[in-house]
Amino acid sequence: MKKLQLILLLFTATLIFAFTTNTIVGEGYKVGDIATDFSLKNIDDSMVSMADFKDAKGFIVIFTCNTCPYSIAYEDRIIALDKKYKNLGYPVIAINPNDPEAQKGDSFDLMKVRAKEKGFTFPYLLDVGQKIYPQYGATKTPHVFILQKESDGLRVKYIGAIDDSSRNADAVKTKYTENAVDALLAGKTINETTTKAIGCSIKVKS
Amino acid sequence: MFKYASIIIILSFLISCKPETKKEVIDNLPSKVTVASFKEFEQILNSADDKTYVINFWATWCAPCIKELPYFEEITNKYPTEKVEVILVSLDFPDKLESKLIPFINKKKLVSKVILLDAPNENEWIPKINESWSGAIPATIIFNKNKQSFYEQSFTRDELLKELEKFIKT
Repeated sequence: MKKLQLILLLFTATLIFAFTTNTIVGEGYKVGDIATDFSLKNIDDSMVSMADFKDAKGFIVIFTCNTCPYSIAYEDRIIALDKKYKNLGYPVIAINPNDPEAQKGDSFDLMKVRAKEKGFTFPYLLDVGQKIYPQYGATKTPHVFILQKESDGLRVKYIGAIDDSSRNADAVKTKYTENAVDALLAGKTINETTTKAIGCSIKVKS
Repeated sequence: MFKYASIIIILSFLISCKPETKKEVIDNLPSKVTVASFKEFEQILNSADDKTYVINFWATWCAPCIKELPYFEEITNKYPTEKVEVILVSLDFPDKLESKLIPFINKKKLVSKVILLDAPNENEWIPKINESWSGAIPATIIFNKNKQSFYEQSFTRDELLKELEKFIKT
């Protein structure tokens, strides 16, 4: 009997050790952290900072790009988000985190072209030198960070996906980003503060 | 007599398990694609056999994914499926199966098993693959019944083979 217990104990111990997963955890913001502002070049050649938006209550910061099929699939939905929430105090700010040398289609000139083709209603900034996306902890495009202006800075209120159906806009059941901003506007607690979605890895020169 | 017979049986077993067993690779017959829901795919994740599974999440439009595909193919060619099975899980849009994925597989003559994962609600299934996965691809899981590792990264050939060795040697 003792032997059996020992075997069971060993077995359990092995299992616990065995399933300890190796993972590389990225640095970056968690919900509740204060996010940094930035000064990045917009497609109209002006420099944009969140501090410029005096009347905003917060921001929907979306790391996105020209080339990722998931980003492309979301373009119309990002425009719709900006149209809906800009006037309510939560404008969209899109940032392309890719190094154009690693991903030619994401050059500043091609960002201008894409923004014009699609009629982007929001700033579309290039993360020159790739200094901003690692601070936020963006890992992919698209990747949403909802920020709220508070007395001590821009507080991260939501990190994740736009909705629950990246590949098919017609099949969306839950609009995570809209739900989060709606909750902020109503002064309510956000139901889901972090969500996951498939996206393209951010392109860094090797 | 019985002694000799058992030795022969053991020997033949050993020979058949040689890791360098050459797999037949038929050039004009590339891997077939299976379209799977997450539920179907999950059965592979729960496999409790003696194999080591190397599951790579990729897509035809993902440049870093395509760059590392040859290393996964090398594993498929090197090890018998009973020992190591590579599964390339495509996250291509399901409506691009005919126009993009199948032509790509044919062109590259992929020999590893390919599954097109047709699973909407990503927020539900991504954490089931690994809690820490943000959803960026490429991403890879290597596991057997004893342990598993998850990698949200691109691999060089050496890095991948080194990681796999940790599973085969134990």
